[in-house]
Amino acid sequence: MSREPGERAAVISGVGQSQVGRRIYRRPLDLTVEAALAAIDDAGLTRDDIDGLATYPGALAVPPGFSGVGVTEVQDALRLRLDWYAGGLELPGQLGSVANAVAAVATGLARHVLCFRTVWEASAQGDKGRAAVTPGGGGAGGGGSGGSGGFRASGAQQWTLPFGAPSAANWIGMMAQRHMHEFGTTREQLAQVALNGRANAAANPQAIYRDPLTLDDYLAARMVSTPLCLYDCDVPADGSTAVIVSAADAAGDLRKPPLRIEALGTALHGRPSWDQFDDLTTMALRDAAAMMWLRTDLTPADVDVAEVYDGFSFIALCWLEALGFCDHGEGGPYLEAGRPHRSGSLPLNTNGGQLSGGRLHGYGLLHEACLQLWGDAGERQVPGGPQVAVAAAGGGPLAACLLLTTS
Amino acid sequence: MSEAEDGGPPARPFRVLPAVTPETEHFWTGGAEGELRFLRCKQCGHWIHPPAPVCPACLSREVAVAAASGRATVHTFTVNWQPWYPNLDPPYVVAIVELPEQPGLRLTTNIVGCAPDEVRIGMAVEVVFEEYDGVWLPLFRPVGGGAAEDPTEGPSGSEPHE
Repeated sequence: MSREPGERAAVISGVGQSQVGRRIYRRPLDLTVEAALAAIDDAGLTRDDIDGLATYPGALAVPPGFSGVGVTEVQDALRLRLDWYAGGLELPGQLGSVANAVAAVATGLARHVLCFRTVWEASAQGDKGRAAVTPGGGGAGGGGSGGSGGFRASGAQQWTLPFGAPSAANWIGMMAQRHMHEFGTTREQLAQVALNGRANAAANPQAIYRDPLTLDDYLAARMVSTPLCLYDCDVPADGSTAVIVSAADAAGDLRKPPLRIEALGTALHGRPSWDQFDDLTTMALRDAAAMMWLRTDLTPADVDVAEVYDGFSFIALCWLEALGFCDHGEGGPYLEAGRPHRSGSLPLNTNGGQLSGGRLHGYGLLHEACLQLWGDAGERQVPGGPQVAVAAAGGGPLAACLLLTTS
Repeated sequence: MSEAEDGGPPARPFRVLPAVTPETEHFWTGGAEGELRFLRCKQCGHWIHPPAPVCPACLSREVAVAAASGRATVHTFTVNWQPWYPNLDPPYVVAIVELPEQPGLRLTTNIVGCAPDEVRIGMAVEVVFEEYDGVWLPLFRPVGGGAAEDPTEGPSGSEPHE
């Protein structure tokens, strides 16, 4: 490239994570503060060093548990003196907030940006299950044709909610069905994402589900939205993850060698819609991944570990294809060949991913990529000292990915 | 989700309804006249969905409401088994159908009038409206009431556009 990509002016200097669990009934700000202070300490910084704050999706009341903590609560709780901040939903997915932070650091608007993502979906659902948080139902005051709450769907929701399709399980299910139709992908192949995640979760003390899972268990599980069964869907969790993005020239102020941000991908070239996108077998992650590889001389063969979004198993398959680890349409055979295993050529979702580790919404995967590169992953550390990792999050019309390297 | 078979009043499943606005009124109320309506460019004929005040193909701002044929093919689908709402009982079929008027012109909808396990990608379907509180939801049923399949699977009979 004629000019050094701007993201290389930024580094990742520290990460932190709160307690993670199911229905732990801790307030989201409490979880966030725990993660933030851990990340600041991990970087060798103090609260006074933090001059930027970034988050996804910002403070939202609905759906319950999806957010609850925005920029203002965290700034105030920690009395941060901010030169730059941004929180919001209209980003290239969850890691779009990290991309925001990178841009702020690269332009000199901030020097150390605290990025965070907090979820408390398990506690928000309580013992009532998904129906308690479904948009237009329990999650938005009821209403509809049979209710009195008066809720009416608008914006993008109006094209799906009236048809009983309020969940990404429905939208991703339709993408997976199309992929199976075009490429012959099978449920047994999709299952490999779930089985790999469960096997890795056994070595992650923070993971939600750690008991062994077999292909027979997977195939016998109840259907959620065909072809996706229960084990194709990630598990709602409570937890917060924080990542510090710092200026590359601040390396001398840090506790440990920071991680380089080799390249970012944040593109969306297709239509921003779950049903109008040109190719429903891939969607926005195709564009984000292509952009990332245009910004580096590294190639997919250089990647030592991949932490890719598995809100649904099928999304991980799509990321593997989009990132070039296999051809478009070849994700099924690629998974079946066993390459993603911890001992395989491309260890995948080494903390159990979201399917077994818990739905920390993208940030958990970035956190894991950093731990692996720092050699801090404990029992689940990929052997051989991985030097290049990809962290990718988002599905449908939302996607961003980062290529990280050791210093 | 299916129509009553005994001729009595159809079962009324729970539906989250859309907010009808000046921009979307043609779409959500066209069913009152049995028409599946979209905005269409008066310059180049491009169909525009969701509604926008500009043609994305030629950037003309001369757009007007037009009725589509109501025919479509199933681009993809899912059988939903999860009880998201009280009184909307699974299983039911959520599908993305593609209209022959233009490649990529699609709607998320339900396939009704056949068993969930009869739905196939490529199936030829036609619009049927269900009215709730002044909103006509466009659902689709197999053409001829049976599980006919369109072997070409893609849009057919398209008229020229752009």
